[in-house]
Amino acid sequence: MSPYSDIVLALLALTNLIFLASSRLLACIRIVAVQGMLVGLLPLIAYPTSIGLHALCIAAGTILLKGVLFPWLLRKALRETHMRREVEPLVSYPASMFIGFLTLVVAFWISAQLPLPLPTASPLVVPLALSTILIGLFVVISRIKALSQVLGFLILENGIYAFGAALLLEQPLVVELGVLLDVFVAVFVMGIAIFHISREFDHIDTDALDQLADWTDPVSSE
Amino acid sequence: MILALILIPGLAGLLSFISRSSRVQYGLLLAAAIMHVGLTASAWFKLPAPIGQNWLFLDDVGLLFLSIISLLFLAAALYGVDYLRRIDHGHSRSREQGLIFRNTPQATLVASLLFFLAAMTLVTVSQHFGILWVAIEATTLTSAPMIYFHRNARSLEATWKYLLICSVGIALALMGNILLAVATLAPNGESAPLFITQIGQLAAQEHLHLPWLKAAFLFLLVGYGTKMGLAPLHTWLPDAHSEAPALVSALLSGALLNCAFLGLLRIHQVCVVAGLGVFSGDLLIFFGLLSLLFAAVFILGQTDYKRLLAYSSVEHMGLLALGVGLGGRAVFGSMLHALNHSLTKAMLFFVAGNILGYYRTRIAADVQGVLRVMPLSGALWIAGLLAITGFPPFGLFISEFIIFKEALDQGRYLIAAIGLSLLGLIFVSMSAIILRMAQGSPAAGVQIQRRPESLLAVGPPALFCLLTIVLGLYIPQRLEELLTRIAVFLGGG
Repeated sequence: MSPYSDIVLALLALTNLIFLASSRLLACIRIVAVQGMLVGLLPLIAYPTSIGLHALCIAAGTILLKGVLFPWLLRKALRETHMRREVEPLVSYPASMFIGFLTLVVAFWISAQLPLPLPTASPLVVPLALSTILIGLFVVISRIKALSQVLGFLILENGIYAFGAALLLEQPLVVELGVLLDVFVAVFVMGIAIFHISREFDHIDTDALDQLADWTDPVSSE
Repeated sequence: MILALILIPGLAGLLSFISRSSRVQYGLLLAAAIMHVGLTASAWFKLPAPIGQNWLFLDDVGLLFLSIISLLFLAAALYGVDYLRRIDHGHSRSREQGLIFRNTPQATLVASLLFFLAAMTLVTVSQHFGILWVAIEATTLTSAPMIYFHRNARSLEATWKYLLICSVGIALALMGNILLAVATLAPNGESAPLFITQIGQLAAQEHLHLPWLKAAFLFLLVGYGTKMGLAPLHTWLPDAHSEAPALVSALLSGALLNCAFLGLLRIHQVCVVAGLGVFSGDLLIFFGLLSLLFAAVFILGQTDYKRLLAYSSVEHMGLLALGVGLGGRAVFGSMLHALNHSLTKAMLFFVAGNILGYYRTRIAADVQGVLRVMPLSGALWIAGLLAITGFPPFGLFISEFIIFKEALDQGRYLIAAIGLSLLGLIFVSMSAIILRMAQGSPAAGVQIQRRPESLLAVGPPALFCLLTIVLGLYIPQRLEELLTRIAVFLGGG
């Protein structure tokens, strides 16, 4: 595994933290796009000697999808739904950053419990990929806007992809294409749902999506 | 033939999406459903040839779940044709909120149904963990538009929750697959392809790294468990099941949840072969009991009868996990339970759809005198209550009996005690709600459509009711052999 891959992994962690601190939705979309390109490039940079047609195809597909197509789709959603451009997180920015650091600690602790059966891999792979996954989950939970939740889902996906790519766990082409296709359709369908939410509620805050709960707040419900 | 099983509904879905005539759409839906049942039935006599060595083939577990899906889909198609003809495609009104909303175009619903069938079929024949993942995620994406059939704020909320929670869950299952690939890493850094049989062989030869296999199981349990509706990750389930139209709820509960369960069974089997059966089994037992607890709490005092049925699905998914986790004879019971639960729950959702059609409300307290207004559906509603709470002579009694007998035989008295008392609690609260709906006469001032019950609205649930009674009295030999083989395959007996 080439030493440059550590730089890519470090950049991955950095983009996570910048994302948590960003207040503009447009900036968040850009950061996730950069992150998508980074994880797309990761297998090529980590294993420059084993670049074949298969690896090139998957890398190109990933970069196109995560770096170009998704950001375009999400920006389109942002433009056409006339939503407010601020992120409006449930958890304040400093607290989010702090939780971001905490996930790093947790991820390093977990990876210490799971020794990699692959001596050549960088020791940073497991902790940084895991922390990206945890941050993705945190964003899904802690952000109100539907669009931000989709971004959290994409960060989660990026972390998982980085994990597989950095260890060069190649699966047959059919499977990898299937996974990419599924992720694409998922984001596409979510995009459509965002349009419907914005038309139905005049905004995309999922806070308003609270009619279907078995715990009802006695004050807010009727 | 496997290709035909997937391609027939796929192509029919495409055709119905572009066709303008609703007659053509009904025809495609029914034709595809009937052909699917025919092909599935023929698989009982001769297993279809595998595709591409190890990629797709039908094994015993796959055959059981494929049969459940196929049967349920045919019933849902018959029920659906009647249902779609009855509803107004312009606007509908929900009485609770006075909402007026449009319905999704029928072509989209029929096409989604057929694509959904194709995706579920792919789940049952997948013999590669990657393809299995792709297929399970595909079931989420094809079913999302159906939950948003009644286009209003509530169903949109349900759809968003369903999409997001299940997609995140399934993403974690993808992580599980990657961890599984790490577990297969040989000293030279090569990972094995994730064919299920091949992983099983590696596990038997003790070539898997066990800590990584454990991690993989945890992620797959959380991922597929979310989709299956195991507590505490079931939160999407009551919303999606209650907002979707009746035929979709029946398919979600009876067929889709089983697909995710099949994903869990695949990795559990690898764990059993690798000697981690106690580890994975205990986790399944824990989440099974937790699901029973959550279901009992939320069924108690539930006001919405479709949500009631949805929480009952959480309960029965918990029982399935519990049975497989216990091992031994309980695995047999669990497989039988999957079949019985699908039949019973589909029947109940069909009847709930009939009641909703007459009363136009999902609030249980506003529905009274079902037996008087619609005698056939009313009788089925009460039969369904007895069936789902495990009364003899219905099939669920036998399967629950087998599961808890195994728990007692193993000396796990605490598990049996917790499980049985929760089942008792669920029985009391469910029957209080359902019997109150069936008896009496409609409250004054409640407008109810008076029209005779149509054959297709009552026929499918009546058939399923009959089937589950038959299964409670007598299990055909072929079925018993199949279930026994599955139980042995999953480390039971």
